[in-house]
Amino acid sequence: MTTTTTVRKDGPAGVTPAPTVGSHVRNYLGRVRGGDLGSLPAVTGLVVLCVVFAIVRPVFFSAANFANLFTQGAAVTAIAMGLIFVLLLGEIDLSAGFASGVCAAILANVATVLGYPWYVAVAAALATGMVIGLTLGVLVAKVGIPSFVVTLAGFLAFQGVVLLLMEEGTNISIRDETIIAIENRWVSPLLGWVLFAVAVGGYAAVQLLRHRNRTSRGLVTDPILVVFGRIAALAVILGIAVYVLNQERSINPLISSNKGMPIVVPILAVLLVLWTFVLSRTAYGRHLYAVGGNREAARRAGINVDKIRISAFVICSAMAAVGGIIAASRDRSVDPNTGGSNVLLYAVGAAVIGGTSLFGGKGRVIDAVLGGAVVAVIINGMGLMGYSSGVKYVLTGLVLLLAAGVDALSRRRSASTGTR
Amino acid sequence: MSATPLLELRGIDKSFGPVQVLRDVALTAYPGEVTALVGDNGAGKSTLVKCISGIYPTDSGEFVFAGTPVSITSPRDAAALGIEVVYQDLALCDNLDIVQNMFLGREKRSGLVLDEPTMEQMAAETLAGLSVRTVKSLRQHVSSLSGGQRQTVAIAKAVLWNSKLVILDEPTAALGVAQTAQVLELVRRLADNGLAVVLISHNMNDVFAVSDRIAALYLGQMVAQVKTTDITHAQVVELITAGRSGALGLGAGKGQTDNGGEPAASTPGAVR
Repeated sequence: MTTTTTVRKDGPAGVTPAPTVGSHVRNYLGRVRGGDLGSLPAVTGLVVLCVVFAIVRPVFFSAANFANLFTQGAAVTAIAMGLIFVLLLGEIDLSAGFASGVCAAILANVATVLGYPWYVAVAAALATGMVIGLTLGVLVAKVGIPSFVVTLAGFLAFQGVVLLLMEEGTNISIRDETIIAIENRWVSPLLGWVLFAVAVGGYAAVQLLRHRNRTSRGLVTDPILVVFGRIAALAVILGIAVYVLNQERSINPLISSNKGMPIVVPILAVLLVLWTFVLSRTAYGRHLYAVGGNREAARRAGINVDKIRISAFVICSAMAAVGGIIAASRDRSVDPNTGGSNVLLYAVGAAVIGGTSLFGGKGRVIDAVLGGAVVAVIINGMGLMGYSSGVKYVLTGLVLLLAAGVDALSRRRSASTGTR
Repeated sequence: MSATPLLELRGIDKSFGPVQVLRDVALTAYPGEVTALVGDNGAGKSTLVKCISGIYPTDSGEFVFAGTPVSITSPRDAAALGIEVVYQDLALCDNLDIVQNMFLGREKRSGLVLDEPTMEQMAAETLAGLSVRTVKSLRQHVSSLSGGQRQTVAIAKAVLWNSKLVILDEPTAALGVAQTAQVLELVRRLADNGLAVVLISHNMNDVFAVSDRIAALYLGQMVAQVKTTDITHAQVVELITAGRSGALGLGAGKGQTDNGGEPAASTPGAVR
């Protein structure tokens, strides 16, 4: 399972013209030994954590708690997706957490205080995110201030902006049903299965079409068995998830039924597909990797490096706005701490745990989802264990350090073996 | 003797502030020939290359490309004419694979989406056309390639675009013996395919192994441009270090390079 799910989509083609399943697996193992771990640490960590928590606290494995994992991890995952664009360039955005707070505050003000409909509020929040990103990006790319300093300044300033928008510490409740629904309502079980069919069918169509196209042109392809294996693995994982989410979670179903996947799940899935497409299938995505890998080479190839860098910050802050909207929906209110405390560290941790390199040039959007899952399991599991906040902070810090350590060591290993 | 030169430079001057780096330089490059550009550190080789590729504007002088006067003011102009430069640091992205690097900045797409199969096919054809068989997969990341293979990818990237003139800046400087031989073979093949090649090198063995003509720069002046068969190893070293060697070089050679035409044609007699 691990092998099939973590194989890169464009995994290097085999050595011989017709690679077999065996050579494919050998190639994968070779890459892992060479330091290209891909999603392996995140998947391993996820399995280990789930097993440990399930043994110590059996309630962890209940259907109700499984649904909690998604609603708890959604905001961090969305912010992490945006951070990956900035991390790919070898930059960092420390302000993403409070940027999401600012956007949530704008959302609350527009929706609740000014009374506009939900789509105006959401658009205002997203536009705020883009303006923030544009400002950060211009300061980094055009003025030339290191991103660490620019976004550290943003980290402090946005904290203040949230306070100002909240009139010194009061909180604004969200009453708009549509915004609240994102985290607190569920897709009907039938629609859940329809979405499942669309996702698996779409993935299968893309994979099989590519395989046929490449075969007909006489290019090296992954063996058809591996392609089917990938599709089957996706179907099994998504199928189990949808099945569990469709279980009745309410204690008394007669009073309030509570089943189906949270609405935020398909939203994140769409964002995942969108950004994965942008990064791996468009020239813009290719240029983003190139700037992260070798800025000078990208410049000489005629790529507008400044534009790419600014756009990455815009995407990052816009995704932070999405995270802010999700957080506001979950809490049904916005307070000065929304997007604060450890949200940013969780998001950076999610990206790095998922396999995105802090050194730039390496990462995928799926990393945010896998890493976000690990972070959600840690938060959730430790909550069930009844640890104090102190212990939680220490453990989360250690996990982040561990992930960054794995990143640094795998990078050193790949430098010595010449693969990266 | 080839017919018209593909690229002809006459009277190129270039100064950086008070420092005059190129003084009345003339250079000709013929299709199907390798022209070696030699000179000591600081002689102006890299500056001359950057003038040809449009990175630096020249102060004065004329460019004639395939018989017509042209002005090259940006790298884009040079690329449009079919001039490609392979720099010493190769300018490859380690985190991208061979195909991605070869098409960087000029990706083929169908609509919004990258057309990977077409790019992979074109890359494979280009490498096959250069008889490159040392890379095992086009989808390898460049970081996993050896120095010679990287050089090969950089050269293949340069010839992918139907280029007419390829300028190579010290392609063998960081390579071992076997890889140097491979790259030189590739350089020779470029010329045999009808391209004009300008090879910058410090290594006299490489220069004599592969070049048809040798152009020597000394302190910003082109002191001689002669056929490789008409000059000896020791004379080239003298030209590089002292700017003159017997009847060649400063004083003797300067008047001839000034005409721009073809100094090589008139010098052989003097050398023998």
